[in-house]
Amino acid sequence: MSTYLGMPTLPVYGKGNLNAVDSFPAAARRELGNTQLRANLEHATHTIRDKRLRVVGELADWEDLRSAGSAVKESVMARLPELLEEFEKNFTARGGIIHWARDAGEANGIVADLIRAEGVDEVVKVKSMATQEIGLNEYLEEQGIAAFETDLAELIVQLDHDKPSHILVPAIHKNRTQVRDIFLREMPGVDPDLTNEPAKLAEAARSHLRRKFLSSKVAISGANFAIAESGTLAVVESEGNGRMCLTLPETLITVMGVEKLLPAWSDLEVFMQLLPRSSTGERMNPYTSLWTGVTEGDGPQNVHLVLVDNGRSAALADEMGRSALHCIRCSACMNVCPVYERTGGHAYGSTYPGPIGAILSPMMTGIQSEENSSLPYASSLCGACYDACPVKINIPEILVHLRSVDVESKRAKKVPTQMDLMMKGASWAFSRGRNLGLLEKGLPLGRLAAGRKRKITKLPGIAAGWTHSRDIPAPPAQSFRDWWAREHEGGRAAAEPAQGEKKA
Amino acid sequence: MSAREEILERLRGALKDAPAVPEVPRTYRTAVDAPEDERISVLVDRLEDYKAGVTVVEESGVGPRIAELLDGAASYVVPAGIEEAWFADADAAQPGRRRSDSRTEPLTVTELDGTSAVVTVSAVSVAETGTIILDGSEGVGRRAISLIPDHHVCVVRAADITMILPEALRRLDGTRPLTWISGPSATSDIELERVEGVHGPRTLDVIIVRS
Repeated sequence: MSTYLGMPTLPVYGKGNLNAVDSFPAAARRELGNTQLRANLEHATHTIRDKRLRVVGELADWEDLRSAGSAVKESVMARLPELLEEFEKNFTARGGIIHWARDAGEANGIVADLIRAEGVDEVVKVKSMATQEIGLNEYLEEQGIAAFETDLAELIVQLDHDKPSHILVPAIHKNRTQVRDIFLREMPGVDPDLTNEPAKLAEAARSHLRRKFLSSKVAISGANFAIAESGTLAVVESEGNGRMCLTLPETLITVMGVEKLLPAWSDLEVFMQLLPRSSTGERMNPYTSLWTGVTEGDGPQNVHLVLVDNGRSAALADEMGRSALHCIRCSACMNVCPVYERTGGHAYGSTYPGPIGAILSPMMTGIQSEENSSLPYASSLCGACYDACPVKINIPEILVHLRSVDVESKRAKKVPTQMDLMMKGASWAFSRGRNLGLLEKGLPLGRLAAGRKRKITKLPGIAAGWTHSRDIPAPPAQSFRDWWAREHEGGRAAAEPAQGEKKA
Repeated sequence: MSAREEILERLRGALKDAPAVPEVPRTYRTAVDAPEDERISVLVDRLEDYKAGVTVVEESGVGPRIAELLDGAASYVVPAGIEEAWFADADAAQPGRRRSDSRTEPLTVTELDGTSAVVTVSAVSVAETGTIILDGSEGVGRRAISLIPDHHVCVVRAADITMILPEALRRLDGTRPLTWISGPSATSDIELERVEGVHGPRTLDVIIVRS
């Protein structure tokens, strides 16, 4: 390992579909009003939770696999520049072409130029989070290039002119009847008697896309893993749309974040046990494709890879938070999250919703970008996400860290904020017992405010956020410290009856 | 500065605290000593769970089973290098419907789309996860032939079945074009319930051959 001797640089943040447009509390309030959405999400997240637990429980060495996965990713982050160079050397030696993109705009431009160079204005796409993140489809549309999503859930979202709400199942917020209605409305030549049976819906998607697969010259994909020692790329999928795109076109353009590397072939045995069980709750996903550059006479003969930074280097610079980049996009954290289950993915605004999105999005864009500072608060810190994460990302710890980054970022102003004043007050009150005692003398005031209904329903200023959705019960007439002092005033004599009560 | 140089520079700058590279604890299972019967029975169980058809035969039973599975298929494709003797029965039943494919003499996509079935072997298969791995070698063939026809018949030799994934990956050359198949094509995209049959072959039949 070499020591960094360059000039210290400011983090360069990412752009694209990474921002909360509304603050999370406002967006969550809007989404929570949709009872159909809540019913769909409850059904889907509970189905997948049970499946995941069943297949994870089968493996006696699950925790060993998690530990190995976590350590592999930690070592990847520590060695990222050298591993990227190693990957580049091997991928290029086997006929692949690598392009580097600093941000979303640069990546989009590279992809559009590559498509134009093939003389086509239509491409097929395999589901890819990286291309969602950079807003590739929207950009290509502006450039007069039609990009057809081929993953079933992506197709549903695209046909409905909607946005994905989950990283694995982008249409998780739609139930089967809604999907049927979208197909009837938007799919050319669809059988008008189409029912809402999932098998029939899948069949409709098959016949809708078959011609496209067999005739497309260019395909665009993401990648789940990139193996540095061999220059190999991997795509994990279910439907065979991935195989179609990765096998039949002459030109394949893959867009991938720089953090997706694995050092060696032997690391794949860890991640291909962790990923399918964590994501769809299957022992193995139906299809996985791996390719190393170009294979003569088999598959695409023009193979490109666009390596994207777009804020990943900024996330890597955060020593406390860089493990967010270990994420393998399995979605287990959102499936177990009590907040995600109720608000759905749209409330998070960013391409990356749920617990991982609440840390990854603000780290990639900077905490001050648009409404992203509200995302680290979109959690009760229950820790279910940490338990479910196959690579043991300590999401609750990073959420708390980012809350402090948010508070610090707002402190720089000349006039102290309400939060500053409250924190200052709290610091004074908790610094000495006497101070707290003094503050407790104000308890009767609280009782007065609560009134006859014995509830405080509205606090002033930013504290109103607390009473927005819950009441505070009237404070007791006497503080605990007061009670303790009185009980123990006479030493043992006063304390004994209390003990006697306990025994009885 | 080129984008490449700039990104690498940013990443080096982000790591200026020089974080330690941890040792990876490989305490998970890397090999399981299981007899052939057990490997076969676990693989059968997993494949059936994925709604694949499975039969276990002796070497002499491969030809007749292939003929049964291809009964009614208008045409089928096989990769160069596959065991010729396996097709005697199928060809006797209905001659003239076999097509051969290789990297040097490939069928077109249109020809493959007009082909009902494909017969291949596997490079290695994993019992615990019900995974058949294809690697483009002799008898396995190009990726397109096992993708476009709607019915895939795969002959898996017992000696090529490992119990767990790490054992299988250690037998493979990772730089070959690899396709891992665990059941017929499926989706969990509607209400997270698995449904078989989307873009890949909708029928997968596996013939396991005892040693």
